Amino acid sequence: MKRGLAVYAVGAYAFLHVPLLILAVFSFNSSRFAVWQGFSLQWYRAVAADGNLIEASVNSLLIAIAATTAATIVGTLAAYGLWKRGSAWLSGSMYLSLVTPEIVTGASLLALFQWIFRFLHLRLGMHTVILAHVGFSLAYVVVVVLARLRSFDRTLEEAALDLGATEFGAFWSVTLPYLGPAIAAAAMLAFTVSIDDYVITSLVAGVDSQTLPMVIYALARRGVNPALNAVSTLIVVGLGVLIMLSERLRRA
Amino acid sequence: MKLRNAFLAPSAVLMTLTMMAPLAIIVVYSLLTRGAYGGVELPWTVENFTRLWDPVYGAIFLRSLGIAGVATVLCLVLGFPLAMFIAGSGPRKNLYLSLVILPFWTSFLIRTYAWMFILRDTGIVNSVLQSLGIIREPLPLLYNDGAVILGLVYGFLPFMVLPLYATLERLDPNLLEASADLGARPWETVVRVTLPLCAPGIRAGAILVFVPCLGTYLTSDLLGGSKTVLIGNLVQNQFTASRDWPFGAALSLALMAIAMLLLFAARRKGEELL
Repeated sequence: MKRGLAVYAVGAYAFLHVPLLILAVFSFNSSRFAVWQGFSLQWYRAVAADGNLIEASVNSLLIAIAATTAATIVGTLAAYGLWKRGSAWLSGSMYLSLVTPEIVTGASLLALFQWIFRFLHLRLGMHTVILAHVGFSLAYVVVVVLARLRSFDRTLEEAALDLGATEFGAFWSVTLPYLGPAIAAAAMLAFTVSIDDYVITSLVAGVDSQTLPMVIYALARRGVNPALNAVSTLIVVGLGVLIMLSERLRRA
Repeated sequence: MKLRNAFLAPSAVLMTLTMMAPLAIIVVYSLLTRGAYGGVELPWTVENFTRLWDPVYGAIFLRSLGIAGVATVLCLVLGFPLAMFIAGSGPRKNLYLSLVILPFWTSFLIRTYAWMFILRDTGIVNSVLQSLGIIREPLPLLYNDGAVILGLVYGFLPFMVLPLYATLERLDPNLLEASADLGARPWETVVRVTLPLCAPGIRAGAILVFVPCLGTYLTSDLLGGSKTVLIGNLVQNQFTASRDWPFGAALSLALMAIAMLLLFAARRKGEELL
């Protein structure tokens, strides 16, 4: 039984990892077809020369950094507030945001933005994308931070208060440090959901706020393109490095 | 107490703006008439909801439910032995667990594209089969329901494995031993002891997989091509190409209602996240 499970697990891990490995290997292929014809960096050169891809990558990074920062701060505060005492409105809306299909979130945000734009002279752009990203990553941050707070010993904070700390002081110097690893994990999660999002972003983005997933998507719909393999490999490696770094930080 | 309110205020404003207000707009729009140039107009109507009963849309709903259901069952069948393996792997548990989570951290879009690369006519599977002389014409592996299900299973398998692993890990090993001592074969123990005790994990995993699969848009669009229209694609179409926002709003609400019903049905006391 144990042996059977181990053999099965090898197969399951292959299923999970081999597709991305294939993608990476063929990003170095000199042919555009799925037949190996020799090592080449031409697709990486094609990516580096593609202004559209570069611009979209910069947009994606800016959006992800802005949205992650905002969602992490606001979400951490919210988790702490909810831990102190529940709020049906907030928990309810966050629960909704977690279970609402992305396409519905995107479409309804688009409807709201278009309605607001009737009264304000604004257009879809980076700001609407960032706002949408903060919105959908907020609940993730709260879930992660709240999970850590549940194992926090309330008496530590009470001790700080008894010793003369202000309410905020107790939060700042006792609770917050305890939450550090969870906040880092939450930020990491917010960053990855933001940088990866296509469905919601494509609906609320304007002409000047194309993101990397949007460009990748447009290319993928037109068919397979080895430059896409190169971009994909770069993203997977980039995210991998980021995860490793954050693990290091967490352990340090 | 004031501090708590100050802490909750920013997220309350944000969630109102990005979740509740859009939802309210969708509810209002679903009851309005499609405008001549794509917007919404008076009069109020329930026509958008009665249209949902049109057999054409009924078929799309059923098809979406079917595909999401098959993907969920496959995730469970494939994920359960993997979760058992991880739970029973002793000191290396964390390594094996991160190997499951790792693809989850990499882009969903890219993982879907990987399957396009593998399954297309000139993809790696067809190339290999052709060069081995097993087939002459490429097999139509891409752009069908099977490819969509494969993409969904690939994308959401970690969502099934994690909750299963969490319950398996907390399982009292004495119960399994007792079962073996009482003469059960290993597979009998799995079916009659492990599986029933894993019910909370199975429920959580099934919800985490089924709900996003039901509303999927990306996977069906890329791997299903134009042949596989699911609810997600239908909603997207109403808000973009068709410019029928009221009907798109009604479809969105129907999709959310199904998701909510399922969540409610699967809900048990003490399993809340928030």
